[in-house]
Amino acid sequence: MKHTLAVLVENSPGVLARVAGLFSRRGFNIESLTVGRTESDDVSRMTIVVEGDDRLLEQVSKQLHKLIDVIKISDITEEEYVDRDLVMIKVAADPGQRVEIMQMANVFRARVVDLGRKTMTLECTGNEGKINAFEESLRPYGIKELVRTGKVAMLRGSKFGSTNGTHADSKDD
Amino acid sequence: MEMTVAEALVRCLEKENVEVIFGYPGGAMLPIYDSLYRFSSIKHVLVRHEQGAVHAADGYARVTRKVGVCMATSGPGATNLVTGIANAYMDSIPLVIFTGQVPTVQIGTDAFQEVDITGITMPITKHNYLLKDPTKLATVVKNAFHIAATGRPGPVLIDIPKDVAQAKIDFKYPKTVHLRGYKPTYRGHPYKIQTIAKLIKESRRPLIYAGGGVISSNAEQELLQLAETISAPVTNTFMGLASFPGDHPLFLGMLGLHGTRYANLAVTECDLLIGIGARFDDRVTMNIKAFAPNATVIHIDIDPAEIGKIVETHVPLVGDVKNILTALLPLLEKIDRSEWDARIRELKEQYPLTYSRTNGLKPQFIIEQLCALTRGEALVVTDVGQHQMWVAQYYHFRSPGTLVSSGGLGCMGFGLPASVGAQIGRPNQQTILVTGDGSIQMTIQELGTMVEQGLPIKIIILNNFALGMVRQLQEFYCEGRYMATNFKFHPDFAQLAKAYSIPGYTFKTDEDVLKTLPEVLSAPGPAIINCLIPPEENVTPMVLAGKGIHEAIEC
Repeated sequence: MKHTLAVLVENSPGVLARVAGLFSRRGFNIESLTVGRTESDDVSRMTIVVEGDDRLLEQVSKQLHKLIDVIKISDITEEEYVDRDLVMIKVAADPGQRVEIMQMANVFRARVVDLGRKTMTLECTGNEGKINAFEESLRPYGIKELVRTGKVAMLRGSKFGSTNGTHADSKDD
Repeated sequence: MEMTVAEALVRCLEKENVEVIFGYPGGAMLPIYDSLYRFSSIKHVLVRHEQGAVHAADGYARVTRKVGVCMATSGPGATNLVTGIANAYMDSIPLVIFTGQVPTVQIGTDAFQEVDITGITMPITKHNYLLKDPTKLATVVKNAFHIAATGRPGPVLIDIPKDVAQAKIDFKYPKTVHLRGYKPTYRGHPYKIQTIAKLIKESRRPLIYAGGGVISSNAEQELLQLAETISAPVTNTFMGLASFPGDHPLFLGMLGLHGTRYANLAVTECDLLIGIGARFDDRVTMNIKAFAPNATVIHIDIDPAEIGKIVETHVPLVGDVKNILTALLPLLEKIDRSEWDARIRELKEQYPLTYSRTNGLKPQFIIEQLCALTRGEALVVTDVGQHQMWVAQYYHFRSPGTLVSSGGLGCMGFGLPASVGAQIGRPNQQTILVTGDGSIQMTIQELGTMVEQGLPIKIIILNNFALGMVRQLQEFYCEGRYMATNFKFHPDFAQLAKAYSIPGYTFKTDEDVLKTLPEVLSAPGPAIINCLIPPEENVTPMVLAGKGIHEAIEC
């Protein structure tokens, strides 16, 4: 099962290397990892998608806790959250096909961000399913280049991950 | 007060009550060494190789239960520390390690003697720092000592570029540590402690399985009290040896791969396994399916990540061992378990540790004699290999924390430098290094450090002209194809001792041991005793790969 972890870390050099290194040397497979700073300059937030059973997830989160720069970890998989992935797709587009592609883009609320002589570049945000569907719909035209950011996620409503918080409560204690 | 970072560093070390630094200088460390010369009374021990510095700091930390400190220069100096850092990390030993780095403007240019040591040591340190901002020095050092010594202890590295060391700062040492992501759990959950007390009362065949965590949290007294109160036999992991008196009737010795058969069988038969500060290492559990199959498992550890990592735990309890046992003891009443007691006695009688006394000078005999002569109270340092297991089996440690050895990493070459650190840490305790002919040659140059420091360490080499443990594995798993495990040449270790102005001896018979060993041990100053033992002698019992610990073989 895929799990989505929201991880608050110190915004200091080497943190990404520490987290990524921990995953590789312990044999955990990262599905996607996004990182950027939060409302506080000194705190970054990582959204990590990792595939595994409960036992693996428990190890992932316990090992992450051991990193001094990790402030808080929340497994938000079972919670109500909104998530987005940004994709940019450069698709083959002869002048004759452009209108058709733009109509398609409208359906997905995607935007055209660049036009070349034979290509169009579109951007689209949404959850994984939507992005996959968008990609599939453009595939017949010939995708020249594609880039995705990976998932960012945030809990809905009044629930929020406090940057002043301590480690999430350990399941063992 | 304005001063250079190098000078401030010395002040920081004094604030942390550092008494000794093990190190080796180099170009990138010039400012720091100059400050040590000019401003400090801290003792500096010059080793012969940086690996010696980190192992010595490790040995020092193990016996003093303080943070060990070592330093080395950039590049090769720093990389030579790597093995020792990994060793300390695996055994949870608190160290603060300083490395020099090329000036900040040269970082990343492949400058002379530049390596990315923070990158290299990321997986083997509890935390590490590259100090780029001179004003952060005091906070970084304060944090480093705090991180190294608290929670599950471990090594912390601080890499200091040369220009940063020379920069001027306004020095003030912080009084408190603020690390929002680091808050170890010390107190055990009260409800869980009650649960454990209840399980102990209900169990008929409880067994305590105690590891190195007992020693790191200074909980030897509490462990003894627990075992005696609930009449539970105690088996130690290798790292846990010397946390429980080796001559106590409840003591079962070490368990696992080369554990006593009665300890392994007691684990198999117990109905409650109380794991205390131990991490269910594969050398202990062997085939996990056959490990403690009938037991409810309690696991007490300060590191939550260790709990449930290997075995399924029924009652997990995160916290400091000493705190938890102190909270648990008042909930327990004296219990006598005659049936379980009788069964343990039966197992001990049926499957004693034995070896054959024929065919030359036996290593087990030497260790037995050593134990008798020192009454089990010496500080014993070992290297890694067969000799290490013979010490674990035949030396019955009676005083807490008197075994210094590389457990988790199994690092040959650890022994000699670690004994230097240990003897400096406990100058009044008799220190004996038991090593092998393979191990000692990995860091033999530290004899120079030992002599220079005037340390009276007695070195016993169990010499079988082979890499004995690997040779043993080849006997069992490679049908006796002894590839690269038999030495064709050795120096004469007794002669080599003389080159270092140390008395040297060669023991060939039981008689040599009985007659000369007492004299050598009671003489002042160091000595090297080269004991010629049979190459074919194996460590037994032994659990073969894939087998459960109850299936050990004797041979």
